[in-house]
Amino acid sequence: MNHNLVDILLVEDNLYDAELTIHELKKHNMGNNVFHVIDGEEALEFIFATGKYEGKREVGNSPKLILLDIKMPKVDGIEVLKAIKSDDRIKATPVVMLTSSKEDPDIKQCYGLGANSYIVKPVNFDGFAQAIMNLGFYWLLLNHPVK
Amino acid sequence: MLFKDIPIRKKLLRVILLINGIILLVTCLTFLVYEFYVFRKATTEKLSTIGKIISVNSTAALVFDDHDAGREILASLKTEPHIVAACLYNKEGNLFARYPDTAGIKSIPAAPGKQGYIFTASSLEGYELIVQDGKPLGTLYLKSDLGTMYERFRLYIIIVSLVVVVSLLLVYLLSRILQRQITYPVLALAQTAEVISNEKNYSVRAVRHGNDEVGRLTGAFNEMLEQIEVQNNELSQFAQTLEQKVHERTLQFESVNKELEAFSYSISHDLRAPLRGIIGFTSLLEEKYGNNLDDEAKRIIGIIKNNTLKMGNLIDDLLTFSRMGRQDIIKSNIPVSDLVKEVINSLAGKDPKISWNIQSLPDCYGDINAIRQVWVNLVSNAIKYSGKAEHPAITIGSFTNKVQVVFFVKDNGSGFDMKYQHKLFKVFQRLHSADEFEGTGVGLAIVEKIIAKHGGSVWAEAEKNKGATFYFGLPKQ
Repeated sequence: MNHNLVDILLVEDNLYDAELTIHELKKHNMGNNVFHVIDGEEALEFIFATGKYEGKREVGNSPKLILLDIKMPKVDGIEVLKAIKSDDRIKATPVVMLTSSKEDPDIKQCYGLGANSYIVKPVNFDGFAQAIMNLGFYWLLLNHPVK
Repeated sequence: MLFKDIPIRKKLLRVILLINGIILLVTCLTFLVYEFYVFRKATTEKLSTIGKIISVNSTAALVFDDHDAGREILASLKTEPHIVAACLYNKEGNLFARYPDTAGIKSIPAAPGKQGYIFTASSLEGYELIVQDGKPLGTLYLKSDLGTMYERFRLYIIIVSLVVVVSLLLVYLLSRILQRQITYPVLALAQTAEVISNEKNYSVRAVRHGNDEVGRLTGAFNEMLEQIEVQNNELSQFAQTLEQKVHERTLQFESVNKELEAFSYSISHDLRAPLRGIIGFTSLLEEKYGNNLDDEAKRIIGIIKNNTLKMGNLIDDLLTFSRMGRQDIIKSNIPVSDLVKEVINSLAGKDPKISWNIQSLPDCYGDINAIRQVWVNLVSNAIKYSGKAEHPAITIGSFTNKVQVVFFVKDNGSGFDMKYQHKLFKVFQRLHSADEFEGTGVGLAIVEKIIAKHGGSVWAEAEKNKGATFYFGLPKQ
């Protein structure tokens, strides 16, 4: 997969959630250029082309959408969001925060840091599927990107 | 000002002056009265003696009927200037001689009276029988002017008055000086007490001036102050310890509360993720292999999904329940009418066969998110439990009583048996089986908790199979 042609970067530590998300995106023909990384650390490496992604992609060639889970081991979603929104090369990239819980105390902080949207992943699969589909449609097809 | 209200110093002065005044007056009056009588007696005796001497001397004149001799004898009275009139009567009672010569008829009685002396307003007058060898010869009349005596008396009174005034003045001055001995310790004690009560400074002590009653009172007063100070110190120490304890407990509670919040976040996050997996992959199974599954397999998949959903709802409800307990209430004015419309629209779009009767609803005062939750729970209950009625009807209304604004939601659904109403608002308590009506048994517990936090009350009335009415009252603003 060409790391410069990623439409959606999915940052999700729960492999099952990731699989369901990708399944849903694929079902609506939006899953071809989805790239999945399993935690915040890998997400930062991918976004800033460091570590195992060094030399494999250009930083300025950012995805059209980043789906970012908040609760992850090592580096959590909030830290990744901070890094994205404080770097001029990529801060225009839309970031949608995903969380399992509306109890999350970080919702306000996420908006404060410049998150573009905040989605509570419903338990209900239909609801989940609908949410993913809407996200894809909106950010990939409706939303007009900066570049 | 009443006597009881004037200062002790003045009271003492007045008492001393009054007592001294009375003593002085009584003494002087006694003295004056005594003097008066002694004087009268002396005057009478003196006049009687003069009368007797004149009587003896005038016997010859009367015997020989010598008027000149009589006049001469009477003239000797000149030496007694207070004798203003005198006369002799012969034995027939006729005037024989008079003194002074100029004395008019008016100042001399026409006929002699009885032997003896009597006081008139301004004079002492009387008759002396002139007797020789037992035979009456005539009568002597004497009149003494008491003016000098009264003058002497006036002098007495003036002197006595002066003595009284000077004595009282002296008493006043002395008692002014001496009363300080008594009043100073009392006043000092009173002042100290005033200072203490004004400044609330219980470390002040009254100075003790001697061992009399006031001294003992001062001692007792100081002892009480000592006790108050000790108790105050103990109290403030106690209060400090208490404050410390409260502070520690608060910190503990805060940390427990934070733990609880983190805990519920973890629960909601970590318990929901696997549920999402179960439902998601069951759906995937259905989607990918649905054609190869028989009806029983599909039914089982349905059961799995349904139960997982229930679990998800239960987690959500429990979290709401615990959040309502912890969250602070932020009160504002709530336009209930709009809120209820919004809630009904979000819930009832699904069921067009319900007939709604929404009466006019007053605004209330509370936390809008919490109160919205109350309406959501009550209205969704009404929808749920009237769902099996042939013509579901839901009425929403309001009334006020003395202290509360009461809102109610009434349905014509399955109702419940009033004997179980005490279980109605308890968490996980259900009056219907899950087969009959779905639910987690948390909704009404959330309602109760929210209303309790608003200082209000919830109650319900129902009849089995006829419907139920749920009331909640919020305090009037």
